Amino acid sequence: MNGLETKALTLAYGERVVIEGLDHVFPKGKITVLIGANGSGKSTLLRSLARLLKPRDGAVLLDGKAISTMSTKAVARKMAILPQSPECPEGLTVFQLVKQGRYPYQNLLQQWSAEDERAVKKALKTTRLEQFMDRPVDSLSGGQRQRVWIAMVLAQETDTILLDEPTTYLDLAHQIDILDLLYALNRNEGRTIIMVLHDLNLSVRYADNVVVVHDKTVYAHGKPEEVITPELVQKVFGLECLIMPDPVYGKPLCIPCGKGGRKDHESLRAVDTQ
Amino acid sequence: MNRYTPLRWKRVSLLVDKKAVAALGAFLLLVAGVAILSLGSGDMSIPPAEVVKALFGAGEGMHELVVRSFRLPRILLALLAGMALAASGAVLQGIIRNPLASPDLMGITGGASLAVVTFLTVFSDRANALTVSIQWLPLAAFLGAFLMGTIVYALAWKGGVTPLRLVLIGIGLTHAVQALTTIMILFGPIYLATQVHIWTTGSVNGANWNQVTTLLPWALLLIAWIWISARHLNIQELGDAIAGGVGSRVQRERLFLLAVSSALAGSAVAFVGGIGFVGLMAPHIGRRIVGSSYGALVPVSALIGGFLVLGADWIGRTAFSPMEVPAGVFTSAIGAPYFIYLLLRTRN
Repeated sequence: MNGLETKALTLAYGERVVIEGLDHVFPKGKITVLIGANGSGKSTLLRSLARLLKPRDGAVLLDGKAISTMSTKAVARKMAILPQSPECPEGLTVFQLVKQGRYPYQNLLQQWSAEDERAVKKALKTTRLEQFMDRPVDSLSGGQRQRVWIAMVLAQETDTILLDEPTTYLDLAHQIDILDLLYALNRNEGRTIIMVLHDLNLSVRYADNVVVVHDKTVYAHGKPEEVITPELVQKVFGLECLIMPDPVYGKPLCIPCGKGGRKDHESLRAVDTQ
Repeated sequence: MNRYTPLRWKRVSLLVDKKAVAALGAFLLLVAGVAILSLGSGDMSIPPAEVVKALFGAGEGMHELVVRSFRLPRILLALLAGMALAASGAVLQGIIRNPLASPDLMGITGGASLAVVTFLTVFSDRANALTVSIQWLPLAAFLGAFLMGTIVYALAWKGGVTPLRLVLIGIGLTHAVQALTTIMILFGPIYLATQVHIWTTGSVNGANWNQVTTLLPWALLLIAWIWISARHLNIQELGDAIAGGVGSRVQRERLFLLAVSSALAGSAVAFVGGIGFVGLMAPHIGRRIVGSSYGALVPVSALIGGFLVLGADWIGRTAFSPMEVPAGVFTSAIGAPYFIYLLLRTRN
């Protein structure tokens, strides 16, 4: 069970090295969330996993084979990526967009097989978009639009799905809606999900496995309960905070020690020592 | 799935957009209508029914001569050039992901014009006669367009080509090429100036069957090629990351599509000169009617482009008779305000 892994991976933009000599295995069939400060290189790492960025050195392996040696369509049949805030041409309908997820299965002659039709229907159903099929994507709300992009990625029918901040610009209810959808895909269909998220508390709620990107490498990884500590948050985000199990789900809850609503410093310490 | 009908036969399959088929049919009728009207107009006025008869070889001898030998080549040339420019624009708008991209604004028609003017300057003698065959002119235009497309692409290259760089460099080079064309005309003999001027404005005046049969295979072949590449264009429009993610070789496809687009624009410019704004307007109107999916957009835009040039030529040669106004004047007269309207609309 290899899944996706990196071997001595070095990523750089020009002279600036972002990730250096990374060896890491992303567990198959799990939800992995990449977290890290702004500019830590988590999105860069995700892009290189999806072969959208060429490594300076080293390789990304998919099921034990370097993706740079595989045909890009073959990779696209195993792994899909949803980049951050993609743009949709004006007037394109939901159906027209989602069906393009079938690109890696099509060729000059085979442009719309029965298999394509089935996959697109299923993707629309999973994302509850059937009734919006003929609507232009730009006429939908932000949450619906994000579901359309996810439907497109689902139509690709891959074992592994990578997503770069799929909840950006959405209100909390729609963030949960999207994350629940991804969660269901993982739990019901066993798909491997690797995504970048900004919100620490949501990350730990949905992740089986968190990967903390810091200092040009994976600084820490594992179960959220074991990884997320006040020391780590201080080190990685430069933020003083308290971590406690949330009262309902028992996942680590991060409470930033900001100034808002603070009465005095002692009362915070009192909570900390309880 | 009412709008679509799948067609499947063994290992061949296709999804047909009925709305696009209907639009295509409507524009075919429209184009045929204008063509018949235009074929009947001129010094000798021929009623539409007689035009149709003449076309099928069942009309009066004189009608047949006028329609088939004098007017038809010009009509077909206008139609083909319009189709080529429109298809070229549709492709550019897709790969550049900008509704304001077109072969004129990207410097591609400019490159073709410069090549033609250079050709006329270099190969003309004192008596205004060409020292080489006029047959070489299309090749010059084609090379000019192609070279310009390649230069724009090469200069925009920075570990890959982003649409924004492509547009900025295209706009910059358009001006450089126009300046060079002007210099060519200034240094050339005086009679050349008039000749070149009419040609660069765009006119199908003086068309002959020879030109039609040279342009026809090029234009139709390249448009058909774009049409079967529609899914590559569709995916390019979603951005490099999405296109790369689903397994498109983005840079390779983009270079290739740019080449086909240049070739189309160049072949049109070679025969009719710089008929402006067709490459911008036609795909735009097409998008309004059938949406952004290229399988539908390519053929519909092409017909709209053909319709625009055909209409402009018809008005140009009848409205101010006996004077002829080049078709390019009319397309620019509608095109320039349309462009400003687009600019204002995209700004919001």
